[in-house]
Amino acid sequence: MTFNSQEMESKDITLVEAVNLALHRARSLDETVVLLGEDIGKNGGVFRATDGLQEQFGLSRVMDTPLAETSIAGAAVGMAVAGLKPVAEIQFMGFIYATFEHIICHAARMRNRTRGRLTCPLVLRAPFGGGIHAPEHHSESTEALFAHIPGLRVVIPSSPARAYGLLLAAINNPDPVIFLEPKRLYRAEKLPVIDNGESLPLDKCFTLREGSDLTLISWGACIQECLAVVDRFNSSSDSSSASIISIELIDLATVKPIDFASLDASIKKTGRCLIVHEAAKTCGIGAEIAAHVAEHLMPYCKAPVKRLTGFDTVMPYFKNEQHYLISELDIEAAITEVINNSF
Amino acid sequence: MLHNLLVNQLSNQLNNTSAPLQYLTLEGEVACIGNAVQELPEFCRDKEFMLQAYRWMNLTRAFDQKAVALQRTGIIGTYPSSLGQEAISVACGMALEKEDVFVPYYRDHGSYLVRGHLIEHLLLYWGGDERGSAYKPINGSEFDMPICVPIATQASHAVGIASAFKIQQKKQAVLCTLGDGASSKGDFLEALNLAGSWHLPVVFVINNNQWAISVPRHIQSGAPTLAQKGTAAGIPSIQVDGNDFIAMYEALSEALDRARKRKGPMLIEAISYRLSDHTTADDASRYRGQEEVDDAWGKEPIKRLRNYIHQQGMWDEKAEACLQDDCQTQLVKAVEAYQAFEAEQPEAMFDYLYESWPESMDDQVAACSEKYSRNHSC
Repeated sequence: MTFNSQEMESKDITLVEAVNLALHRARSLDETVVLLGEDIGKNGGVFRATDGLQEQFGLSRVMDTPLAETSIAGAAVGMAVAGLKPVAEIQFMGFIYATFEHIICHAARMRNRTRGRLTCPLVLRAPFGGGIHAPEHHSESTEALFAHIPGLRVVIPSSPARAYGLLLAAINNPDPVIFLEPKRLYRAEKLPVIDNGESLPLDKCFTLREGSDLTLISWGACIQECLAVVDRFNSSSDSSSASIISIELIDLATVKPIDFASLDASIKKTGRCLIVHEAAKTCGIGAEIAAHVAEHLMPYCKAPVKRLTGFDTVMPYFKNEQHYLISELDIEAAITEVINNSF
Repeated sequence: MLHNLLVNQLSNQLNNTSAPLQYLTLEGEVACIGNAVQELPEFCRDKEFMLQAYRWMNLTRAFDQKAVALQRTGIIGTYPSSLGQEAISVACGMALEKEDVFVPYYRDHGSYLVRGHLIEHLLLYWGGDERGSAYKPINGSEFDMPICVPIATQASHAVGIASAFKIQQKKQAVLCTLGDGASSKGDFLEALNLAGSWHLPVVFVINNNQWAISVPRHIQSGAPTLAQKGTAAGIPSIQVDGNDFIAMYEALSEALDRARKRKGPMLIEAISYRLSDHTTADDASRYRGQEEVDDAWGKEPIKRLRNYIHQQGMWDEKAEACLQDDCQTQLVKAVEAYQAFEAEQPEAMFDYLYESWPESMDDQVAACSEKYSRNHSC
């Protein structure tokens, strides 16, 4: 099946609808794509990401599993080795830790340990992050745990179009991909998506706004607040010194491996770098980027690099999660701090 | 025959009154049930087949002894011996059809040999070289899995492969091996559960060699048998004398045939004994008595099969001497072939990480090359 993108109409849909659309499209394009997970069949997933897929593609291709995350990951490894492209859903990232042994000891290493004889093209999808007043264990952002593992790709979309294009890319990729969906954005906004079956590139970040004075790097749900803040800064006609600056906003999207070439180009241009992520600070992806800046970009820096992150605490239950999550005012303050700290 | 035994096993195993499936006594005589001498399965009349089994079991043991010696002299790394478990391993290899998929743990050297893995490649793996798992087995499936070190995780992969076959409407079966220790892990129990729930073409073999390093069978589980763990998952399960090649092959053939015919999964608990240390890094005398080991030597599988084929007039001392010579000749050649492998270049550690190379790692490859020249310039 081929698509002429000019003939395809753009539709305004939510991020979770874009995930669903990509899954439909991926399965239509490739018969080896199978889906497995808890409640993904008739129920269409607890967030409805797999709505209608079992009806369309059948019980043997869209499989409700027993309530056992280890099995989901382990079976997906076996399916992937045997020629299928499993897309497994873990209901919430808080339950993904049961999959670690299969993802780390097998999926990430299968190509290496067999010198390419066997491969493991699976996608492990999970909603992640806070901000939806969910119960305990349903709000964490632990993408860095997977990013540490050689052989994995970790991909996080932050808009419906990127969810669609990156999920197709993840499914087409011949290696394992952890695909983390910011559930706070699942129904945040309807934005245009063209269902043309086209992937977006993995291992590439996306420059969402261009600017010359500061590079703001973020991913996942925080992109929403970053966009609002950056648009205010970039369109401001205020003449106070801190606000006549233009900010380059980069959605990192693939948090492992990181597209350092694009980050380097941006930071060399702006001379300032602020990283914003919801995950805890210590050993977060922000630490990796800040270390990279320190190792490679010091001569270009006009101010110290800054991280604005979640705290090194357990994610508070929802009555207090607002005090953990990154707000627009927090981002504004961090931008001002970087500018004021200029050498 | 097996079906009846299976039914008996299932009804009796909860109160532990059934004996494991056995055709040969410890002396290699045909075992009786009550006063009646058992009828042996058809394949026992096939002389060439029985001798082939015997030869594989001997090659497995000779390989084992050689591998331990190579470890002691620093030519390979830590190695887990399969001494005393040759019947299980060889029966697994022989009961599989080429297109079936074998999903092993790490003590299945005999199955590996029968599947057509070269001895030098087995040594390559245990000699610390990834290329040991790079070769498709000559008599096996392209999907035969590499040796699996993380305990019981392979059971989930076996279920995934079996599920792929079911989805693709293929008629192959999947055979997964594990140890008695692995039967305690959640992965195994989840795999049983999924195999039963999805009615998958997979056979699990627990190689119950009584010891998981230093932990004896009775600490692994309060269940009278390990086989009954399959019953809870709705899986027909059977205990077999794992030191009786005839019983093992019969049970495996039946189980794999059922799987290929879409009759669902099966679990075989093969009762054996680990005559060796856990690995070359272990010293079993720290935790078990010599009396127990001596007793187990009386039940070992090779002597039992040798007595049987002798009694049947299929074998004699001369044939035995030829076989032992032949094993040694094969091993000497294989060790030479193994030692001819040069280690891969250091940069090879990057070669199979991803299919599409992340350019952001270019500097690490360069650093690896620099590190090599710095540390190895002469």
